[in-house]
Amino acid sequence: MGKETLIEEIRTKLGEAVEGVSESFGDPVLTVRPGSLLSIMVALRAAPFDYAVLLDLTGVDFTAGEGRFELVYHLYSLSRNVRLRLKTSLPAADPVADSITGLWKNADWLEREVFDMFGVLFTGHPDLRRLLTYEGFEGHPLRKAYPWRLAQPRIPMKDKV
Amino acid sequence: MSGLDFLTTRLETALGWGRKYSLFHYPFITACCGMEYMSAACAHFDIDRFGAGLTRFSPRQADLLLVVGTVTHKLAPVLKTVYDQMLEPKWVIAFGACAVSGGIYQNYAVVQGIDRVIPVDVYIPGCPPRPEMVLDGLVKLQDKIQHQKQDWRWAKKP
Repeated sequence: MGKETLIEEIRTKLGEAVEGVSESFGDPVLTVRPGSLLSIMVALRAAPFDYAVLLDLTGVDFTAGEGRFELVYHLYSLSRNVRLRLKTSLPAADPVADSITGLWKNADWLEREVFDMFGVLFTGHPDLRRLLTYEGFEGHPLRKAYPWRLAQPRIPMKDKV
Repeated sequence: MSGLDFLTTRLETALGWGRKYSLFHYPFITACCGMEYMSAACAHFDIDRFGAGLTRFSPRQADLLLVVGTVTHKLAPVLKTVYDQMLEPKWVIAFGACAVSGGIYQNYAVVQGIDRVIPVDVYIPGCPPRPEMVLDGLVKLQDKIQHQKQDWRWAKKP
């Protein structure tokens, strides 16, 4: 399946659930609505697309300018040796997305990381706890609103002399 | 100076000499400075020439704590516990820019120098420091040990 036929296939199979298709660094980029994220992921995981690997799941904070968070998913198909990037926007006031842990097992920790760093809630996640920071940490450090030098020590710190 | 004072001074000198050449070190290694530690500890630069070659992997048997690399706030209680488990007399070397001051990491996650958590005797800057600098720092620590007031079992406590 060539690149043009792939995009054609995505358009016919997934239809209006996809908001936009573009290309970046030679790979197709899909923009989807958060409501149809899970159904699109189910379709992409199955034949004929067969994206068996979830390479990465990250977040971007656009709250200051555009009032939204963005989730970026990187998929890879072993059988066809192609990659796909998928983006979805969440409102800054209420960032909630569907969990895809049922499709890719490694999404478990990736979603925990995004929750820890950005405060995005994933509905359907089996155990949505902080991953990188520690128990008792308040706030989400990769949000632009978080003061970047605000440390939250677990034990008393001496001041510099 | 009475005879007893003379003997005490001699004893202190002997203790300092013994302690500075028999440092058992505990490497608390968290980051890339560990590569330079390995280089300094192994045959090319050979920290054993200065009597600090016996690496202990239990803080209870060590008297020199080498903090090598970045210490985060998540890790700070662990470092404090390791230090508390060491027996007196004990010394600490902050190895590399991150352990000295937080280094390039001025953010929410990293402790801005391990002297905010535990006392430090010698700071070795550099990102990472050359093994020669590590050995220089070690020699400076030995000098400090030789000239400090020695703590021993029947010494008068202030």
